[in-house]
Amino acid sequence: MAEKPEKKKKVPRQPMPEQEPMVRAKNFDEVPFGYDEKTAQIEASRCLQCKKPSCVEGCPVSVDIPGFIALIKEGDFTGACRNLWGKNALPAVCGRVCPQEMQCEGKCIVGKKGDPVAIGNLERFAADWERHHGTGQLPPREESTGKKVAVVGSGPSGLTVAGDLIKKGHDVTVFEAFHLPGGVLIYGIPEFRLPKEIVGQEVNFLVRQGVKLETNQVVGRTVTVDELFEQGYDAIYLGVGAGLPRFLNIPGENLIGIYSANEYLTRSNLMKAYLFPKYDTPIIKGRNVVTLGAGNVAMDSARTALRLGAESSKIVYRRSRQEVPARAAEVHHAEEEGVEFHFLTNPIRFFGDDKGRLTGMECLQMELGEPDDSGRRRPLPVKGSEFKMECDLAIIAVGAGANPLLTQSTEGLQLNNWGYIVTDPQTGKTSKKGVWAGGDIVTGSATVILAMGAGRQAADSIDDYLKWGW
Amino acid sequence: MFKIVKREEMSQGTVILNEIEAPLIAAKAKPGQFVILKANETGERIPLTMADTDPEKGTITIIYMVVGKSTALFKTLEVGDGYQDIIGPLGKPTHVEKVGTVVCVGGGTGIAVLHPITRAMKEAGNHVIAIIGARSKDLLILEDQMRAASHDLRVCTDDGSYGHHGFVTDVLKEVCEKEKPAQAVLIGPVPMMKFSSLITKEYDIPTLVSLNPIMVDGTGMCGGCRVTIGGKTQFACVDGPEFDGHQVDYDELMARLQAYCEHEKRCYEEFCTLEQA
Repeated sequence: MAEKPEKKKKVPRQPMPEQEPMVRAKNFDEVPFGYDEKTAQIEASRCLQCKKPSCVEGCPVSVDIPGFIALIKEGDFTGACRNLWGKNALPAVCGRVCPQEMQCEGKCIVGKKGDPVAIGNLERFAADWERHHGTGQLPPREESTGKKVAVVGSGPSGLTVAGDLIKKGHDVTVFEAFHLPGGVLIYGIPEFRLPKEIVGQEVNFLVRQGVKLETNQVVGRTVTVDELFEQGYDAIYLGVGAGLPRFLNIPGENLIGIYSANEYLTRSNLMKAYLFPKYDTPIIKGRNVVTLGAGNVAMDSARTALRLGAESSKIVYRRSRQEVPARAAEVHHAEEEGVEFHFLTNPIRFFGDDKGRLTGMECLQMELGEPDDSGRRRPLPVKGSEFKMECDLAIIAVGAGANPLLTQSTEGLQLNNWGYIVTDPQTGKTSKKGVWAGGDIVTGSATVILAMGAGRQAADSIDDYLKWGW
Repeated sequence: MFKIVKREEMSQGTVILNEIEAPLIAAKAKPGQFVILKANETGERIPLTMADTDPEKGTITIIYMVVGKSTALFKTLEVGDGYQDIIGPLGKPTHVEKVGTVVCVGGGTGIAVLHPITRAMKEAGNHVIAIIGARSKDLLILEDQMRAASHDLRVCTDDGSYGHHGFVTDVLKEVCEKEKPAQAVLIGPVPMMKFSSLITKEYDIPTLVSLNPIMVDGTGMCGGCRVTIGGKTQFACVDGPEFDGHQVDYDELMARLQAYCEHEKRCYEEFCTLEQA
């Protein structure tokens, strides 16, 4: 008797298990726990294995997404991770911090009629599995070329360049101004979103492949770009990040209790002020905390404030919810944890007590007008709408500009009007021979993965140069 | 690790000198620039302006007063021990040129910072008058070095135990009146710089001060060291540490230096209890 084939039941997107919001809002442990093997394989089975995968087009470093997902489905987790490494030196990081909804998952065909395949969660799973259970076997390295490359900055773009060029047989040294490598992955992104142990392991993986690391080296001060050439480097990649905090330039901004997000997060993450007094660096904790801005950095700040014991943590943003630039997952996590959102609100001055400590700010209500240069509707003040908001800690997270420390000390480097380095968009070449640049010092504040994409392009171009000339 | 090759206690053990192996920094550093030091894994990043450098030996010298946990921890480091991290040289060097008569005024450990600048001013061909002060004779540092670095050294003590009885401001006023200096350099506690700047302003003498606000990275990345200069916010780590003494908002600087006084007290007391145990 012929059996009628049962209609295939649609497998739903596997939810990511995570800490309960009210529990995690009081600790610095990572929020999601990650998939287990079974869940990862179920999720992997949702991938349609498209012949022309749009997800790959959505990825700035063109990860072979159907390829690594197929390997997870088959249970070859090491294989999946090795596949990822082919295109991405930092999969454990990207699986956690990429804005997948705007990239790979945003293009996923399954997502057209439901939830897209959880590509980010699967990437994270494969990388974590390899870290915990893998053989630790290093990727193959081409024969030594004898060429020396200096990478300035150990953030995501610098690490990508280092990872790519070491495999191609070049001698790579990474210079970092801080005492620890990782750039924004170490000083910026908090422990609960990206455990520092993972960053350490990703860096260590590069060191094991032969990348040399020089911390405490401020290129532009300790050593200049031209001196690096004199020391025998054949090519130099500048991936120093944006690195200049923007302030609001309103009265009272130098009161005690007002931090740039860079300072607040650096104290907490890099200097581990959240463990004060076990660690010596102090941080102002605040009971009523406001964070100005609504990008990923603002979400990180507002959520850090809760974990440091704030009774209230508010995001104050001059535009509306539609314009929020943060990753959807970050906004969702912040709201779940109890961060309050105050949209269409713009501070115009800060108030302090007689000791110079912040006590509050005056704000204006805004409304949206015609679109501005960024294409977003311009926020305009509502007349007579001034009101006061109490706060004892304010974190300014309205973006960063170009830090001039390196660029001003390097002759022959063409900069644009905002101080960012001008490069060839295809190759990352600067106006100075033998020098490439990429990441936020070229584009202004962007994402980890875009910086890595720029690093990938530059690494290819550097490899060409070292083999064939400028 | 950055090894300490020489260590001296001054000012009755409240001020410590460390000469430290840091060849890359020593080769580059100029008077007026600073370094950031971190003693160990859990340590804080502390900015200190260099008191001297020896490019041939590859060493830098710092002189600091023990005021809190971090400097108390530094004090426990002996010759042969080292700092885990030192970053530098940071900040802009002092602009040194021949202008005629220069008066260099130093108070407390500010004298350590003033010393290489005084020497550079003399080497540039200026007539250098130096005024240094301390609370009492026992607390005065670098007297001989300052005498060698200048043409004319005046010493003041608050209690009158040595030199002029009174503040450096008294002697500064006299020097401004009689010697008409073309340039003043003032380095010391904030109140000293504030009141000395008022005097040089009275006589319309261009004045440099070196500020030491709280910092984290020292490369312009965090803005923690922001100071108001002529009504505009600047970052001491990259725009300074030296500024026009007549433009500095000293009251704001003084308040900001107190940002962590409660934290510091707690941390320091805990450390001292542990040390005694």
